Amino acid sequence: MTQTGSHFPAMLANLNMLLSRYGESMMWLARYMERIENLARLLEVTEAFVRNPDGSPGWDTILQINSDEERYAAIYPLPPTEENILAFYITESSNPTSIRAMAHMVRENARSARPLISTEMWMQLNVFTHSMMELSTPDIRRNGLSGLCNRIKQDCQSHFGITEGTLYRDQAWLFYLLGKYLERSDQITRLIDIRYHTLLPSGETSGSQMDITQWGSVLRSAAAYHAFRRLQPVTTTPANVVGFLLKNEGFPRSLMLNLRQVDSTLSALSTHYNLRHQCSPLQERIINLRATLEDQTAEEIISRGLHEYMTYIQDELAALQEEVSVAFWPVTPFTIREDAPALQ
Amino acid sequence: MNRPVAQSSLPSSIPSPAGSAARAGMFAAYDTPDFFCELMRRTDEMPASLRSVRDRLASFDLEELRHRTSTAEAQLYRLGITFTVYSDREAIDRILPFDMIPRVLTAAEWDHIDRGVQQRVRVLNLFLRDIYHERHVLRDGIIPTDLVLGNANYCEAMIGVRVPGDVYVHINGTDLIRDSSGRFMVLEDNARTPSGVSYVIENRHMMLRLMPDLASGMPLRSVEEYGLKLHQTLCDVAPAGVTNPQVVLFSPGIYNSAYFEHVFLAREMGVPLVEGRDLIVENHRVYMRTVAGLRPVHAIYRRLNDDFLDPLAFNPDSMLGVPGLVEAYRRGNVTLANALGTGVADDKAVYAYMPRLIRYYLGEDPILDSVQTHICAEPEGLAYTLANMDKLVIKPVGESGGYGLLIGSQATQTELDEFRVKLLDDPSNYISQPVIDLSVSPTLCPNGVEARHVDLRPFALTGKSTWVLPGGLSRVALRKGSLVVNSSQGGGSKDTWVMAR
Repeated sequence: MTQTGSHFPAMLANLNMLLSRYGESMMWLARYMERIENLARLLEVTEAFVRNPDGSPGWDTILQINSDEERYAAIYPLPPTEENILAFYITESSNPTSIRAMAHMVRENARSARPLISTEMWMQLNVFTHSMMELSTPDIRRNGLSGLCNRIKQDCQSHFGITEGTLYRDQAWLFYLLGKYLERSDQITRLIDIRYHTLLPSGETSGSQMDITQWGSVLRSAAAYHAFRRLQPVTTTPANVVGFLLKNEGFPRSLMLNLRQVDSTLSALSTHYNLRHQCSPLQERIINLRATLEDQTAEEIISRGLHEYMTYIQDELAALQEEVSVAFWPVTPFTIREDAPALQ
Repeated sequence: MNRPVAQSSLPSSIPSPAGSAARAGMFAAYDTPDFFCELMRRTDEMPASLRSVRDRLASFDLEELRHRTSTAEAQLYRLGITFTVYSDREAIDRILPFDMIPRVLTAAEWDHIDRGVQQRVRVLNLFLRDIYHERHVLRDGIIPTDLVLGNANYCEAMIGVRVPGDVYVHINGTDLIRDSSGRFMVLEDNARTPSGVSYVIENRHMMLRLMPDLASGMPLRSVEEYGLKLHQTLCDVAPAGVTNPQVVLFSPGIYNSAYFEHVFLAREMGVPLVEGRDLIVENHRVYMRTVAGLRPVHAIYRRLNDDFLDPLAFNPDSMLGVPGLVEAYRRGNVTLANALGTGVADDKAVYAYMPRLIRYYLGEDPILDSVQTHICAEPEGLAYTLANMDKLVIKPVGESGGYGLLIGSQATQTELDEFRVKLLDDPSNYISQPVIDLSVSPTLCPNGVEARHVDLRPFALTGKSTWVLPGGLSRVALRKGSLVVNSSQGGGSKDTWVMAR
């Protein structure tokens, strides 16, 4: 199950320690690619399946998921239109959460880490980011949103596949994985949080045909629809969907699975690269986080306040990211540790 | 079940050797009246190794070659073998145009170049050692003291500093040209941070991928070893007593136009590519910031100019440098490659003295000729220059990039008169050289295969000994008649083949 494995190249003392900047770049490379894939899926699903009560596509829920309401209002007039939302999320370079802006960040991080990543990874990212940065509004119309989103998703998935198949398994790989799993954890909690409350403002409309379609769309937004269907005879109730996305052990985007992956990635860094000192406070936080998830059922989480719990998880993930930064790439200069060897 | 069809880069029709149909096919219209041709030579005295390449090339179809060229250029772009040009808000990635017709050197020619480059690098290092210590060469009056000590690239911080193995120029690029008789001549030495070696290796890879039918069976000297040799060179010159030295490549970063080459070399050596912010100096020792804390660094292949290395020692505005690096270096705690202050050795005026320096330090005649250079600081040089202004190129010694020079044959009488005044006013600021008819190489052009001028930059590595990468960067002036091979002015490159026999 774990991708972190147990076979690591033997490390020579003091040699081949990963540059902090490389660790940071690898982590953000994975996070941005994951974000782009999620956003493309969300745009596609919203166009096809997500409806407001009046039957119109629920574009503004995307703004809520990404906490982008203010940034959007600063650039475009309200209320949001489909055309403007798509421009904001696809081609708007002044919006840091647009696909174009994120592709730029992917490119900068990939260039920075280029000495480490495989030629095949670089070549695919080079072509992908160039094409994303050249996207224009007519491209969206010409290919159709669904065609464009599918292409973007496939490019992201190609990236993940090429990386899995070609990236050398050392610390750079582990920081890459850490970024990927943290991003997936964050994305799934945002999705659940916003969609749950838009769908069930008072908790009374469940069971209608409209509602089932909408819960289906939540699952599709996380690429979870068919996986969920395999859990026959589970019915599509809010608690079942929330339970699946949060707690399922086999679904690659569930919170449970990704927190476990974060934990095992930190363990690998700690034991194989002698980074116990840096990793142990991070592991402690993630163990506590996992415990809160394991100790509650979906029904309990909902009844105690889903929004509050999702906010708590997001805050913990943000704190973890901050701790990773402080531990591995501090802004303030390092001072030489007592055990750091002098010139050999 | 469908089996995938194996992909092949081979063309559907593989050209077969054309035997003795020497000037047939692709070369039917090829003509090189006034210049030395790298491939055809004079047809009656063509070495066998070149004949085999020419015959195989002759049978290629022009359209096929064009198709492969566009494939190659698309690959270079996808692979990111590019240099970046920045405009207002955009970064544009450009490739160096690649010509599919290789430039070929015989085993005998290479032997000559190899020995000549080694000799020159030895003298550059002896000269630098001397001028930063005993200064015998100045006291013996071999070269004017002013020219050396007053040179903008003379580095005061290096006076009296011993460097490991007395090696200053670890990586050197020697620009060579050939005149109309085919004689090799050194045009200039590049002893600071010479670039272009990544293209030598990437061009070979491209050639083997896209022209397997041309290269197959040819006895080519390999260029694969460069990264290993470079790493070994840097280990050779690490501070004394260090076992397993940590080598790094120090780059200005992703916005530098040569960043691809920095990535390439770091990867080939298997060492970290660092930027200034990745390094820190404490107690006059250099460390890099890693996820596990600070780790010592022993040898730095730096691709920044002297001025940007250390804001404490040189340009205080440098954001790229590492405070304290130069003092750590002076104390011998870290090695820089190349050393500081090597720019004085590849200076245009010092170049004019190289034949004399070779005789002075080695007691040998130069193996590679220099372009005949008249030193206007000397009475006979000045007199000759004044008498032949209309036939010479006159260059100010302190300028680079072709600024302030006069090409006599292209100047008006007024320009000649004005230049004469400047020359007489400050003769020691000038040298003069004859115009050289650069050799040509068959090159794929819009109207077919035509002759274009080329030069050659072999790369030499010096640690415990000197090693010259077989081949070098062949740059080609793609514009008809142009002698300028620089990439910024319509230059491209070719794969350089050194035949093993």
